[in-house]
Amino acid sequence: MKRLLSLVLNGKRREDAVAENLLLVDYLREVVGLTGTKTGCDGGECGACTVLIDDKPRLACITLAASCDDARIETIESLGGGGRLNRLQKAFHVKLGTQCGFCTPGMIMASEGLLRQRPQPTEAEIREALGGNICRCTGYVKIVEAVQSAAGEAP
Amino acid sequence: MIAAAGVGKPTPLVDGIDKVTGRARFTADIACDGALVGRILRSPWAHADILAVDASAARALPGVRAVVTGEDCDKTFGVLPIAMNEYPLARGRVRYRGDPIAAVAADDEATAERALGLIKIEARELPAAFTSAEARKPGAAALHDKSPDNVQRAVHHEFGDVAAGFASADLVRERTFHAAEVTHAMMEPHAAVATWDGEREHLTIQSVTQVPYYVHLMLARCMDLPESRIRVIKPFVGGGFGARTEALNVEIIAGLLARAASGKVAIRCTREETFLTHRGRPESDVRVKIGLTRDGKIVAVECEAVQRGGAYAGYGIVTILYAGGLLHSLYDVTNVKYDGYRVYTNTPPCGAMRGHGSVNVRHAFECVLDAMAEELGLDPFAVRRANLLVAPVTTINGAQVNSYGLPECLDRVEAASGWRARKGKLPKGRGLGMACSHYVSGSAKPVHWTGQPDATVSLRVDFDTGITALTGAAEIGQGSSTVVAQVVAEVLDLPLARIRVISSDSALTPRDLGSYSSRVTLMVGNATIDAARNLRAVLVEAAAAKLDAKPEQIEIVGGLYRVAGGQDAGLRFEDVALAALAKHGPITASGTYRVPTMFHGGKHKGGAIGATVGFSYAAQVVEVAVDEATGRVNVEKVWVAQDVGKAINPLAVEGQIQGGVWMGLGQALSEETRFDDLGRPLHASMLEYRIPTIAESPPIEVAIVESIDPYGPFGAKEGSEGCLAGFPPALANAIADALDLRLSDLPITPEKVIDGLIKRRRERRLAELKRSA
Repeated sequence: MKRLLSLVLNGKRREDAVAENLLLVDYLREVVGLTGTKTGCDGGECGACTVLIDDKPRLACITLAASCDDARIETIESLGGGGRLNRLQKAFHVKLGTQCGFCTPGMIMASEGLLRQRPQPTEAEIREALGGNICRCTGYVKIVEAVQSAAGEAP
Repeated sequence: MIAAAGVGKPTPLVDGIDKVTGRARFTADIACDGALVGRILRSPWAHADILAVDASAARALPGVRAVVTGEDCDKTFGVLPIAMNEYPLARGRVRYRGDPIAAVAADDEATAERALGLIKIEARELPAAFTSAEARKPGAAALHDKSPDNVQRAVHHEFGDVAAGFASADLVRERTFHAAEVTHAMMEPHAAVATWDGEREHLTIQSVTQVPYYVHLMLARCMDLPESRIRVIKPFVGGGFGARTEALNVEIIAGLLARAASGKVAIRCTREETFLTHRGRPESDVRVKIGLTRDGKIVAVECEAVQRGGAYAGYGIVTILYAGGLLHSLYDVTNVKYDGYRVYTNTPPCGAMRGHGSVNVRHAFECVLDAMAEELGLDPFAVRRANLLVAPVTTINGAQVNSYGLPECLDRVEAASGWRARKGKLPKGRGLGMACSHYVSGSAKPVHWTGQPDATVSLRVDFDTGITALTGAAEIGQGSSTVVAQVVAEVLDLPLARIRVISSDSALTPRDLGSYSSRVTLMVGNATIDAARNLRAVLVEAAAAKLDAKPEQIEIVGGLYRVAGGQDAGLRFEDVALAALAKHGPITASGTYRVPTMFHGGKHKGGAIGATVGFSYAAQVVEVAVDEATGRVNVEKVWVAQDVGKAINPLAVEGQIQGGVWMGLGQALSEETRFDDLGRPLHASMLEYRIPTIAESPPIEVAIVESIDPYGPFGAKEGSEGCLAGFPPALANAIADALDLRLSDLPITPEKVIDGLIKRRRERRLAELKRSA
């Protein structure tokens, strides 16, 4: 059974007929072709698929696409552009908050959600906000530094 | 935006922007476009004879394009030529829950899943063993005919005079340790995309691997194809840590399916399948006995290690040899006895994992040493300092040591942590502990003894005057492509922006053994220097011709080629390159590196394992706070110093060391693969396998020590594994400082802390009762 999904994805409204059981992550990756959002686990356990839904970090792998009707969805592909990295992208790159890069899109989107709500977060707030995003490379040290560094800059 | 930098300057990764923008394409991202879906049917039995596989109903299902079973491949695979005993799809026998039996390629996921359900298997279950002890019991069912007692390899090494050593000791102590099995749990699940071109009988595979070359070899072997008909491409890889240092069954199955379906097949393993593919660090039982003199000199060491290896050989022989080879070569120890046993069990096969072979024996060794120091009234740092090597030296097991920065590592973490002022003086429940560790910069002897170079790099200059570095070294996030670019920039005195690195595509890049045992910076770094010097020679010759001089008169200063001592402004790289191109056409300069045989280790059996061109060394101090009511251990801070020879990219080295220490923290505190008594995995998800989150991960302060190894590229050695093994013992030693309680087994969970406290309370009460009686 398909239904019409109408949403604003990365700033553009679009409409797609989607199966009712289609997951948001599969909608993004396979229907729209935005492969920046990753799948790292079998459901809701690693944070690699984190996107923003109406400014809030959410896991695309346990969200039904159909439940996003009329929502604003933002993925890693929405950040930066025009030859300029967004402050978090830049900080993760320059401070080496990314090594293999697989957790990075989710990590950056979760951080973006945090900075929109708390522009100057404490270290404890950063650690709490990213508690659901697993990184296996960095030990998180440079991720904390990257978010702190980005918080000091204009978006 | 990012400043270019040569050797020794902190440099963001050359492929970093792709990762932060989401543009980086990983294997599963490629699979998104129109491939058939491949799925694997895995054994529900831990040990069984497979009597019949009937796939006729699956084959008849509309939408199914191919089904393959053990019938389709009668070749074994494995990473060590002497121990290939695994079939990509089981033939006659399955040996762990998850062993692949058949695979399907279908138009979509749902059809593939349905088809798997239609495959009928007739099996006869066999008795299974899930621990080393069970597998070694007399009468236990043998997994492999060649090892009737289930011991794949027993190692017995003895150096010096161990009995005399112990006889001369003032204090001898012995303890046993148990370390749970752990696994890599890298963020990207296993995946492979294989495309079969039926007209040309040619296979292209893209897969999540650290070793494209080994994948290439095993595909050729198992598919009975010449290597020239196979192209292996490594896309972006979401971490490895050793999980992908051998060809995996998923890659070979993808190739078999693609050929059977005559098309493109994508297998994306679930996280559960990725856990079951495993290849992690084995559950280990380690007994260590050390003899010390009153002033802390180690006079004898004895160790027995038993590793639960899982169902197949894999790297097993190497792992059990590493445990012995890396047991003692950290220090000046001359009397050593080591007995190692690698055991087959009906659990997923173990393999190489960061700190390969060294971690569990290092834990035991450093814990015993710490307790003995306390007993002798010596400081743990003093005991280490009493046993330092002096480079250059050959260790008792035949390994060469030409640089040895451990003394400086000790000084750095002792000072940074405030050890002297704070050790033993922290409030109750808080403690400081330390330990040392080391690791190879690549195993000196290659797995395949072909006589070919260990590493090869090609540099190509075309008329755009850009330099393309072609390397088979697998960039998996550790920064190997950045190292290659930095080295080229340094040798040719060019900005980084002029250099583009292409990594791991067998149609373009020269063969490389891959990213494992921390071999890349040293071996590929040296090959890159050679290639860059060869390119420079071509450029210098062209510059000389243009400047009417002899090549030996040309010097390169600030990127300009000019006659030494002359007054001319000099020629820019572009001008020189164009002159050379006009003469030669596109220029390819290659470089190679071969580990000199003097580094190949001792002459004893297995003596090559644990030998390397240069060891990294690390010391670390861990500060803990332990809650005696809940048993919860909180790591407050870690100070670590690692001798990396020379940090070619200090930013990446720091990141690697932090990641290595932290991976040791996971093993020390919470990570563990667990199976029930039927061998069913209890851990196979990112929730149940307890990886530390950012919430409980400590600050890790890194000091980089540069001993400038005479054989490393610019003096460099490895920078990512040496620090890992020191964490678990430093943590256990810190807990001992905090609670006066010595715990041996890993992981140190709250339950183990509470059990330890209860046991100690009982013992103390008994002792009091005895005294008062």
